Amino acid sequence: MDLVINGKPVSVDVDPRVSLLDLLRERLDLPGTKKGCNQGACGACTVLVDGERILSCLGLAVQYEGRSVTTVEGLAEDGSLHRLQQAFIDHDGFQCGYCTPGQICSAIGMAAEARRGLPSFVTADLDGDPVPLSGEEVRERMSGNLCRCGAYNGIVAAITETFAEDVR
Amino acid sequence: MSIRDHARTAKQAMQAATQAAMTKAIQLAPDSWMPGGRPDPLIFHKHGHVGQPVSRIDGPLKVSGAAPFAAEIPLEGMAYAALLFSTIPKGRIASMDVSDALLAPGVSLVMTHRNAPRMATMPLFLTGAKAAGGDDLPIMQDDRIHWNGQPVALVLADTQEQADHATSLIRVTYQAEEAVTSFAAAKDNGTVPGLFMNQPLQSRNGDADAALAEAAHKVDAVYRTPRHNHNPIELHAATVMWQGDRLRVHDASQAVAHTAWSLAQVFGIDEDQVHVTSPFVGGGFGSKTLWQHQVLAAAASKLAGRPVRIMLSREGVHRMVGGRTVTEQRVAIGADADGRFQSLIHSGTIAMTRHNMMPEPFILPARSGYASRTMKLDVEVAYVDMIANTFMRAPGEAVGTFALESAIDELAVAMGIDPIELRLRNEPDKDPSTGAPFSARHVEEAYRSGAERFGWSSRGAPGSRKDGEWLIGTGVATATYPYYRMPGGAARITLSKDGAATIDIAAHEMGMGTSTAQTQVAADRLGLAMDQVTFRYGDSSLPGVVLAGGSQQTAAIGASVIAAQRVLVKELLKLAGNDSPLAGLKVEDVGGRDGGLAKLDDPDRFESYASILSRARRDTVVAEASPPPPLEMLHWSMHSHGAMFCEVRVNAVTGEVRVSRFLGSFDCGRILNPKTAASQFRGGIVMGLGLALMEETQFDERSGRIMNPSLAEYHVPVHMDVPDIEVMWTDIPDPHAPMGARGVGEIGITGVGAAVANAVFNATGKRVRDLPITLDKLL
Repeated sequence: MDLVINGKPVSVDVDPRVSLLDLLRERLDLPGTKKGCNQGACGACTVLVDGERILSCLGLAVQYEGRSVTTVEGLAEDGSLHRLQQAFIDHDGFQCGYCTPGQICSAIGMAAEARRGLPSFVTADLDGDPVPLSGEEVRERMSGNLCRCGAYNGIVAAITETFAEDVR
Repeated sequence: MSIRDHARTAKQAMQAATQAAMTKAIQLAPDSWMPGGRPDPLIFHKHGHVGQPVSRIDGPLKVSGAAPFAAEIPLEGMAYAALLFSTIPKGRIASMDVSDALLAPGVSLVMTHRNAPRMATMPLFLTGAKAAGGDDLPIMQDDRIHWNGQPVALVLADTQEQADHATSLIRVTYQAEEAVTSFAAAKDNGTVPGLFMNQPLQSRNGDADAALAEAAHKVDAVYRTPRHNHNPIELHAATVMWQGDRLRVHDASQAVAHTAWSLAQVFGIDEDQVHVTSPFVGGGFGSKTLWQHQVLAAAASKLAGRPVRIMLSREGVHRMVGGRTVTEQRVAIGADADGRFQSLIHSGTIAMTRHNMMPEPFILPARSGYASRTMKLDVEVAYVDMIANTFMRAPGEAVGTFALESAIDELAVAMGIDPIELRLRNEPDKDPSTGAPFSARHVEEAYRSGAERFGWSSRGAPGSRKDGEWLIGTGVATATYPYYRMPGGAARITLSKDGAATIDIAAHEMGMGTSTAQTQVAADRLGLAMDQVTFRYGDSSLPGVVLAGGSQQTAAIGASVIAAQRVLVKELLKLAGNDSPLAGLKVEDVGGRDGGLAKLDDPDRFESYASILSRARRDTVVAEASPPPPLEMLHWSMHSHGAMFCEVRVNAVTGEVRVSRFLGSFDCGRILNPKTAASQFRGGIVMGLGLALMEETQFDERSGRIMNPSLAEYHVPVHMDVPDIEVMWTDIPDPHAPMGARGVGEIGITGVGAAVANAVFNATGKRVRDLPITLDKLL
């Protein structure tokens, strides 16, 4: 099957049981996407498919034929870090670094959802306008990404700083 | 109690007696004989890298997914392992049919007790200087089952999917034996006194029972805490291979040297034949030591003759890696009319297995926390057939402070005294248990500054603040964790002629910021820029036996580098000779400065490292040394403290508890890197919020099986559970600790359970003494 990963066309012959996560980690040498539970509970495996965040452990690789997948390895541009990656460093938004790729991919997808006006549980205004990313909105929308080191304050600070301009 | 238990207890008691005599001698010795007797000169170094909020040096690797973890090392011809777990807590394997599994596609090995290589048991953690094993049970050596979840078969296949499928084809039947799986039944069978690091978990000072009976004011209650699992997000994993009779292990480890030595004992080979590396660890919290999975992977690799990767499933982590055990703690405090403690009793029982040594020492905070005229402290052990329990972040203190600090709050309420005031009235002026002087203790300062920032003075009476259906309350508790420095440290400094230095030590980076903070420290010590220092760690072939545990790495590395630097300076002064401005100076007279050595009180007497090496025609100078044994821990009472302030909102209709504000005010000596230290404090507090409100490993007391072995059902705090957490610190150096710093990794979780419970009481008037504080307990 064919798909696009981090902007590059990839052709693979894959066991239908293989998850998108294991395709990335074990077959395509892209271990930046992490496995923390393999059952959709921790968010460490979050990647972007056509710009939307998904849990790559819950999807079979074959479901993503023809789609465009972006992993943490594909976020840097021209060899420099994505501004959210830099913000994670600046705000110490991680300790061990294991949940970090999932947090970062999830946040990029989440910001796009807010831009499109998708409400969350804590959104007051449901009229479909872009939702400003307050700390409360970020915490609610990022609650599927667990961080056992407890770097949540730094993660929220990095995300709100990065996307403050985009989503207002 | 069996004969084996008696023998073990007797041996431990003898060791304890010897240790007690030694301790007395060390306490009486002059300060100057002690490590730390002369303060580390770095404490007085004010304008260097230490104390700066430097961003993590491994940050760019981690945010781009380029930091290689243990299960991400590809090896040629590697097979994937999957495990099958027992479904009974005790008994024998009656039959096992692996024929279908063997025929499944891609399978190269099915290993069971019938074909596993002969192996010794793992040396049990804390029974030897380098022992790392979580249990000391035979590993697939016989048909016996010791806990529900014990691995009974391992399958190797070309892919993980094939291995997982083949594992499902194995058919096992068991012959069950009667097991003790309920805490109540275990207690009924009789308990034995707990021993922690060869010290009895028992102390007496006066007649605490009589003093309690006579006290003007008293509280007496039982507090319960459940089992916990560390649940680091990185699953336990190892990639292993044999190269002839040498074993190479890419591990996720907080104890590389211990693991290498322990694996060597298991396989009957020399320690040097095992090489363990672990450059990145996706969280440990006490769990990433040696468990059966690394042994099984190495055994399977040996049988199959190919490299093996094992990555436990999340269920596997709960089945095979022990967590914190259950505790039942009585705290009774008797006070006089002024609130001065006349009696402090902290006693109770924990569950443990016969194949581990971790009697959750919940009395540790009471030992040094408060001045009380009499004291009685006890931990009793009840034996249960379960997965071996182990160390988890602040073992003892995390749950012990919940009981002790809740009880103090109860007494404050009963007496109508402010709970901070009650604590400060009972501040000891020397260690209440040992009589040793405190190295540095600024509890009062932590409370004063914390209370001011938090706005403690505006606190209301229980049940007095409301916002619609939300009841609002605040609570406070003391956090505490000791300074530890374990024996076995060693470091090597390699100085090259371009003036750059490499520090080598078998220490660990699990997210604490070790590599960053220690690069800052080494740069200041040697007088170099940070980019001239390379800090290498996480490799058992490097010097030192340095456990990333007990919050001791900062001190252990610090003391080791001090020792190595001394050797280095001695060598450099020799090489500098008589033609140098440094001629005639002694090691004590000089320090690192501006890329060279300078006389401490006359910096004009200086020569650069490059110049010394170039004149001596040397490319490098290498110095390796070990620090003296950690006698400072016995000579002084060395403890960190914190004042934990919490505000909660409790829904009067649903009982839901939300933590709306939290502030930790810490006294942990000098803070080496405010950025990474703040994350350590906050991270501990977040795990403490989990302990307070949601975390519980649910244990089926009928079958001994863990019922919630997943992150969907073992709840840990998520983004929405965590408010902005404010942290602050006294930054007062401990004159007797390297760099003036005490570790900061564990103290954050301590005191949080009580601060939350006390805030819940203040909000609702309901006292919850049974963690976690779930909503059903408030309705």
